[in-house]
Amino acid sequence: MGCFMVPAAEAVITTVVTKTMESKEKAPETMEIQLDGTNYETVEKITFSRKLKWLNNLLWGGSALLAFEHVWHGEVIAHFPFLSAAANPTDLAEMLHEMTTTGVAMSVLVTVVWLGMVAASSVIEKKALKEQAAKN
Amino acid sequence: MTLLTTVFAAIISTIIWYKNAPKDEMKIGVLCWLYWGASLMWFVDAIFEYMELQAEYFTPEPVDMLNDFYLGLSVVALGLIIWLAILLIKDPKGVVKASLFKKKN
Repeated sequence: MGCFMVPAAEAVITTVVTKTMESKEKAPETMEIQLDGTNYETVEKITFSRKLKWLNNLLWGGSALLAFEHVWHGEVIAHFPFLSAAANPTDLAEMLHEMTTTGVAMSVLVTVVWLGMVAASSVIEKKALKEQAAKN
Repeated sequence: MTLLTTVFAAIISTIIWYKNAPKDEMKIGVLCWLYWGASLMWFVDAIFEYMELQAEYFTPEPVDMLNDFYLGLSVVALGLIIWLAILLIKDPKGVVKASLFKKKN
């Protein structure tokens, strides 16, 4: 009913955090890695704001398409209160229940997947740094 | 069916992205984020629906299946429209600029 609003709210917060971090972050460090397995190339390390952008993209992308599904089912309407469920107390309670269960679970899953991506990128980065150290 | 359609769209766009990586002139990455984000969210939706319906979840009525597939295709189309808009606005190949401003010889 309004489950997509929870990840959308998270997206707003993470976007603000990303913009703040971007303005405070220094220029990314560089390192030499083998991209094709033969030649060493100088590349920039992945900054945390760039990693946060992955989360933003997942959250905004998912929320946008889910919002469309809600329009399709007539749950999002063009006039106030914009959510058909908000028009009467019974549906409103149901909507809030769905937001606190399905909506929160959606946000949690997307965030967990993003944490997995961050962990995987850190492992790849550490491996590349080890290779660089071995080269020098 | 909507979940399945979106997952397939996500897989196909990821394969295309990987094939052209690290270059992303066509901004296929945008499609990957859109479809994977939606797939993850619909997966959660599917889990909750499964908890409610149990085995019945896997035997939907043909009309419901068709409607869900129709929705899935519409979602894929919307994703493509969003991607196209971003591609034309960011214009990484400078095609839009080149067509707007003619070179003076």
